[in-house]
Amino acid sequence: MTTEPDFGFDGLTPSQTVGPYLSIGLPWPDGHEVVEAGAPGAIKIFGKVYDGTGAEVPDALIETWQADPAGGFAHPDDPRGPSDSGFRGFGRCPTDDTGDWAILTLKPGIVPDRDGRPQAPHIDVSVLARGLLHRVVTRIYFADEATANASDPVLATVPEARRSTLIATPDRDGYRFDIRLQGDDETVFFAL
Amino acid sequence: MLPNYRRDDGTTHPPLLSPGYKSTVPRAPREQFVLLPHSLTEVTGPLLGEGRVTAADADLTLAPGGEAQGQRIVVHGQVRDAGGRPIPHTLVEVWQSNAAGRYQHRWDQHHAPLDPHFTGVGRCLTDADGHYRFVTVKPGAYPWGNHPNAWRPAHIHFSLLGRAFTQRLVTQMYFPDDPLFAYDPIFNSVRDERARARLIAKFDLSATVEAWALGFRFDIVLAGEDGTPTEDPHDD
Repeated sequence: MTTEPDFGFDGLTPSQTVGPYLSIGLPWPDGHEVVEAGAPGAIKIFGKVYDGTGAEVPDALIETWQADPAGGFAHPDDPRGPSDSGFRGFGRCPTDDTGDWAILTLKPGIVPDRDGRPQAPHIDVSVLARGLLHRVVTRIYFADEATANASDPVLATVPEARRSTLIATPDRDGYRFDIRLQGDDETVFFAL
Repeated sequence: MLPNYRRDDGTTHPPLLSPGYKSTVPRAPREQFVLLPHSLTEVTGPLLGEGRVTAADADLTLAPGGEAQGQRIVVHGQVRDAGGRPIPHTLVEVWQSNAAGRYQHRWDQHHAPLDPHFTGVGRCLTDADGHYRFVTVKPGAYPWGNHPNAWRPAHIHFSLLGRAFTQRLVTQMYFPDDPLFAYDPIFNSVRDERARARLIAKFDLSATVEAWALGFRFDIVLAGEDGTPTEDPHDD
């Protein structure tokens, strides 16, 4: 008779890379549409992902998570009560052959931090790619929210010279937010 | 009161710069990460899946229009947080090579047969107790260009959203006793031996189906809440 394997708990599951073929399993047809095309207030946020050599990264995936325009989340852990706006809040877009990604969403509202201080409108971002053994996390802020950005408690902890890497800039098509994994102007990434 | 998720203590996940895996060299960020306090945005997360997956998405052997070639396997397990609490109704997404070690992807030019009846993608939701179950075929090992005679151990990619943005995890499940473990820089990027062992599924006779499929169990543990509420160290 054999011994039963032990299925007991013994710690976190480690992360591994998505590898080059993430587009088999991760993208959804509507992943890039946090809201449908034509939704009132829809904005496009787009950009490229670059590696440390300046090369475009064609095998990355961008995921976004954010509040709705009223600052609410459709989630039971929001102590203010889950938002009933019907806003999905989650975006997912692989980069294409030239490193480009884009999501269509709504601008998030003000979200308080743990102390109740208002945070500037922001979107949490996960970047996954071949060559990244764990996702990296950044935030999108908006250049046309200068006043809110100036008093944002998270931005305040980012070295001033690097803060611009977190700011999406208005562009004729929406907002541009390029991501540089490494090198000059490396995007600020956050430890969760 | 907001949930308070425990931060990674640096002993489980691989270092982003792991030069044995060449692609990390130009891609791993080099600047110091900035501590992100866990506000509402981080302790909430997408609760998706209902309406996005069907029962058929959990069987990778029957799509499209024929039966996949290879050794049929059942892969199942439980998704929990680090406090041992099951994570119900969370989306589990998998992708993998076929039994010959080839991905159905235009970039994969490995000289091994493609299987027209195997797309290599599956999805399911965990049940009320955090359990998931897939039927698939055992993926093959395949060569890659990382170093001379480099072959990846057989693996299945797993993606989990969890309940909160802090819990998002992408990992790979390996099979017991693979002779390639010692040579694989992605597997070995996880430095702690016990943590590496958690990437390996266990053969599970109870999930094995008579005369039809071998069973493997792969439990997945995501970041958990702190037992005792503490202040985020954001004023340090």
